[in-house]
Amino acid sequence: MTDTWIILGATSSMARAFARKLAEEGATLYLAGRDMADLEASAGDCKARGAANAHAVPFDARKPETFTPILEQMGAEEGMLNAAVFVGSMPDQADIDADPSLIDGTVTDSFTGPARFLQLLAPMMEERGGGTVVGVGSVAGDRGRVGNYVYGAAKAGFHTYLSGLRNRLTRSGGHVVTVKPGFVDTAMTWGIEGMFLVASPDQVAGDLLKAVRKKKNVIYTPFFWRYIMLIIRSVPEPIFKKLSI
Amino acid sequence: MRWKTESYTGWGRALTATGDIARPERASALAALMKDSPAPAIGNCRSYGDACLNDDGRVVDMTRMDRVLSFDEKTGLIEVEAGLQVSEISRLYAPQGWLPAVMPGTGFATVGGCIANDVHGKNHHGLGSFGQHVTQIVLNQNGKEVTITPKNAGLWKATIGGLGQTGIIARATLQMIACKGDVMLVTERRVDGWDEFLSVLDDSQATYTVGWIDATAKGDALGRGILEEGETGAGLLPKQKASKKVPFNAPHFALSKPIVKAFNNAYYRRVPDSGRTSVKPINDFFFPLDRIHDWNKLYGKRGFHQFQCVVPIAKAPALREMLEMIAKSGLASPLAVLKRMGPGRAGYLSFPMEGYTLAVDFPNRSAAQLLISKLEEMTEEAGGRLYLAKDALARPNRMKAMYPEWKDWLKVVKKADPEGALETDMTRRLELRSA
Repeated sequence: MTDTWIILGATSSMARAFARKLAEEGATLYLAGRDMADLEASAGDCKARGAANAHAVPFDARKPETFTPILEQMGAEEGMLNAAVFVGSMPDQADIDADPSLIDGTVTDSFTGPARFLQLLAPMMEERGGGTVVGVGSVAGDRGRVGNYVYGAAKAGFHTYLSGLRNRLTRSGGHVVTVKPGFVDTAMTWGIEGMFLVASPDQVAGDLLKAVRKKKNVIYTPFFWRYIMLIIRSVPEPIFKKLSI
Repeated sequence: MRWKTESYTGWGRALTATGDIARPERASALAALMKDSPAPAIGNCRSYGDACLNDDGRVVDMTRMDRVLSFDEKTGLIEVEAGLQVSEISRLYAPQGWLPAVMPGTGFATVGGCIANDVHGKNHHGLGSFGQHVTQIVLNQNGKEVTITPKNAGLWKATIGGLGQTGIIARATLQMIACKGDVMLVTERRVDGWDEFLSVLDDSQATYTVGWIDATAKGDALGRGILEEGETGAGLLPKQKASKKVPFNAPHFALSKPIVKAFNNAYYRRVPDSGRTSVKPINDFFFPLDRIHDWNKLYGKRGFHQFQCVVPIAKAPALREMLEMIAKSGLASPLAVLKRMGPGRAGYLSFPMEGYTLAVDFPNRSAAQLLISKLEEMTEEAGGRLYLAKDALARPNRMKAMYPEWKDWLKVVKKADPEGALETDMTRRLELRSA
């Protein structure tokens, strides 16, 4: 694979695992995020695992001025351009209740920031006639729940955005995979009570790569979350509004 | 950093700890938590006893810090984060002609764990211990990074094989060795008894040598087993079957005397009388048991103990006496290994000494504990020593007597960790941190 991939939010353990798999297939990688020391370490890891090249690039979903330099650098690469989006933030709902201004950041990190970036990347992909976008959403975006409905709403917005982007890029040979992970064993979920059926980041990354190859549209990972969410979505609203799940 | 309260065990599962675990994914997170609340590191908990336990305390799980930071294909120098598994290094680099100089018996061991226990492998007679091939270590001491090399004589020797008491091993640079490829040419032959076993081990010219011993055979058959010799090579092998997993604790009779006897007999006869040479994937030769995940559950919920000692060459008769006692007891499991060791060691508390090492697993029963205590006494009398990475039962005075450089270690450790924040269940049980 001589493809170029940009990984937004590359310091997350899911992104790390996905980048490693791409590295072992010989891809060129752009690892984007805020912790540059950590991104440099991951770039070294990817190169040592067989990536054609790996660059650490500064990216902040809340600072659109960080987008253009990355896109310019990527534009110089040959072959198809691809992107995987792992950014997002999930403050406690209680903190948001106390300070509603936190909503803006959550929506920017999980939806509008990456959407703005992809909006700039899309014409470049169209010009080259292909490429894949992997957008990591969440099962939390399937239905608003009392525990994290702001995060859920941001992810739901992102899902809808990805669906539209898929509709657009298909016309030029591109593809978009929407990923809805259930509970994944990451730093974000470490030590949180009430986790069950927890998947490893490596397992999720394997599912993502398979979905890219098979050009899947929307996947749940692990797969059984499709059925769990089917049930959760089918609960009638008059009942659902009284539940606390 | 969030902490997760959990119960965890060493590989032997006979001892348990309950406490708070942090699992940093980045160097900045590790530094922050070591500044606020320094705690000992754990990896994949492949040491058998309590070297990786801190009951009622905190530990830092390093398994998410598992990146290769740099690799030089010309020199074979590799810098890695401490949580990287050894099997991952061989998987990535054996096809390119480089192998960790020392491969322990399980590929799940992390680089940090290999250093902190100065582990050895099937080539110890030739290349010595793991720590002898480490060229640089970055320690995290209370949030501050300290880079050390063999030139930092005291701190270096107290870190390698030092049970993590000088700081958390964050990163390390290893000098790998050249290999011909990622397959092994393995020659197995039957060995009829004890005396023959010692002489074939002494005479073996192979790069990698290990003996499986039937610890249930008595009389004329005492010390019978299989000598395995391996060399790396290049070649092609069919795709492997997926590894298996032991799903639940086995009942206690799974490893009872008649079953073990029958198994060992069949295992011995599996190799034809004339011997045989075969080709194996490299990780299968080095880590045969890793193909069965969680095999420690075969010992049931009470767990097991591994007794491993080394005695000087001249004291081989004492080792024979130990084996006789083990065979007579009928308590041994099929897992028993005999190996010739060279003198190579890198730290004050490193296990190896020139001689023969014997390792035998026993299900955790009171009779086995009594037997092990007797074997420990015989080891001490023979001027040998016990392996800290395996130990769960020894008493403080005996262990300290076996490690003449323990006081040198203690001096450095007291300076590196004056508050005792890095103490573990093992250092407390063996009173290693108090003179």
